[in-house]
Amino acid sequence: MAAQDTDTDTIAAAPVPQAAGMPMLHKVIFVLLLIFLAGLPFMVYPIFAMKVMCFALFAAAFNLLLGFGGLLSFGHAAYFGGASYVAAHAAKVWGLTPELSVLCGTAAAAFLGLVIGGLSIRRQGIYFAMVTLAFAQMVYFFALQVPFTGGEDGIQSVPRGDLFGLISLENNIALYFFVLAVTFGGILFLYRIVHSPFGQVLKAIRENEPRAISLGYNVNRYKLMVFVLSATFAGLAGATKSQVFQLASLTDVHWAMSGEVVLMTLLGGMGTIFGPLVGGALIVTMQNYLATFGAWVTIIQGIIFVIGVLLFREGIVGVISRWLKRPL
Amino acid sequence: MFELLGISPQVLLGQLLLGLINGSFYAVLSLGLAVIFGLLNIINFAHGALYMAGAFVAWMLLHYLGIGYWPSLILAPLIVGAFGILLERTMLSRLYHLDHLYGLLLTFGLALIIQGLFRNYYGVSGLPYRIPDILSGGQNLGFMFLPNYRAWVVVASVLVCFGTWFTIEKTRLGAYLRAATENPALVSAFGINVPLLVMLTYGFGVALAGFAGVLAAPIYSVNPNMGADLIIVVFAVVVIGGMGSILGAIVTGYMLGIVEGLTRVFYPEGSAVVIFVIMAIVLLIKPEGLFGRAA
Repeated sequence: MAAQDTDTDTIAAAPVPQAAGMPMLHKVIFVLLLIFLAGLPFMVYPIFAMKVMCFALFAAAFNLLLGFGGLLSFGHAAYFGGASYVAAHAAKVWGLTPELSVLCGTAAAAFLGLVIGGLSIRRQGIYFAMVTLAFAQMVYFFALQVPFTGGEDGIQSVPRGDLFGLISLENNIALYFFVLAVTFGGILFLYRIVHSPFGQVLKAIRENEPRAISLGYNVNRYKLMVFVLSATFAGLAGATKSQVFQLASLTDVHWAMSGEVVLMTLLGGMGTIFGPLVGGALIVTMQNYLATFGAWVTIIQGIIFVIGVLLFREGIVGVISRWLKRPL
Repeated sequence: MFELLGISPQVLLGQLLLGLINGSFYAVLSLGLAVIFGLLNIINFAHGALYMAGAFVAWMLLHYLGIGYWPSLILAPLIVGAFGILLERTMLSRLYHLDHLYGLLLTFGLALIIQGLFRNYYGVSGLPYRIPDILSGGQNLGFMFLPNYRAWVVVASVLVCFGTWFTIEKTRLGAYLRAATENPALVSAFGINVPLLVMLTYGFGVALAGFAGVLAAPIYSVNPNMGADLIIVVFAVVVIGGMGSILGAIVTGYMLGIVEGLTRVFYPEGSAVVIFVIMAIVLLIKPEGLFGRAA
């Protein structure tokens, strides 16, 4: 296997000019984004800004699997919500510091991703979507029944604690910069994965799986790896969210959450770098403004889905990227 | 022996019957999914929402027009089927040339819209639907009490499943359908109107969901969320059975309903997840599904 691995690396590395470094345009966007985010908590309600960042990371993690791996998982709420439960439990019951709680949640999501991903990649296409959805529903029932999740109540009033045991996160601004570091770091890491030789192999598998197999790639191992990575970062987002809201609840593991992350990615642009961030921000903002309209939020989300699929499959960033003739 | 396990035959048979009724719904719904998938290669995520719509249409027919259960059993599926044809003509048919996953996403969006609309107008508390007089009451079988309506649900679902199987496997129309599943271009070249066939197939599959909804209306309260969780279980049923065969979808549906009922007797905590556990085992042992063909 070792010989085969070196082989795959050389094949994949050859046609990747981006691997040399980040294109200037992307660098500029990331820097501007960071400057904007650093000022954001002084302009809008910090909790809202943190929610947006958590969902942007969640959507970016999901996009790694769908946009770059070509695998439509309809059960990403399992990792997002599962990690949020474990992180909340770690902070509240075990009394761990925030960074360790988030780490526990993320590890739990990675493990869950390994188990569910290992089973799910045995089927392709539409079946894969149904299998991941069914397993996520199993996680949901599990969360509903086991005592540690608190059933319908969830885990409430999770303490925010002191970062590294030193810096209190009770202050919203302090917490904001912790969340900014985690989510922005996560998104940069995902960017790196996409533009690595591993990411190129993923694209090859997405475009033509039989050919990738005939070139000697162990396709299933790549699929499992990207599944676990995606689940891990979805978990990082969920664990961070539980620290922000001091709450882990059934909403986070429900299938509607799995649908929402698909919607964010579709709206922003599948397979783009910045699309999921835009999509996540738009959907969370929309939910925020329409919260008083109850069921209309669901209806509007459904309408965006339908319009997105019928007329707007490239997503917002996909369209901009086509105008600029540059990948975004 | 039952006494030794601490479970009375009444409880066991009662749960078996409940399982068989759930299985009836699984069978009719997964049959509809399989019929649609066979020809359109689309997984109809809106199936649960249209099942719910079937129940609501029956309720509305009774409430606003005074049309009772028996006409509704025909009318509601027709209305839901017509609505399905409208969806197919205006939206789904634009997606056939794309990746099949877009069909899943589109129907998911439609499910959200349909469920959201009903939730907006009727709330989530659920509306009662009376059992028709002729089927009220029940039979005392000696070892258990069998409500007439529940027996009817099982009988009706078996009849519909058999009728569908017979039409697809044994009639000329079914032969066209199976041929179009194998090779639509060739069938089209022989002068069969394939788009029409596709449209009617989607309408029929959706009508099956509407029919299941009418059957369910008197048992479960008519509620906008009634289809949402059910459809995920039906997806698992479909994965377990494999969508290769019509008969497979039907048999798996009943079988898993019964297994679920048995689990409720012996290990109640596991009854919500047993179907998903079976799915995991099937994926390990025979990934293409019990009745599926290797891809």
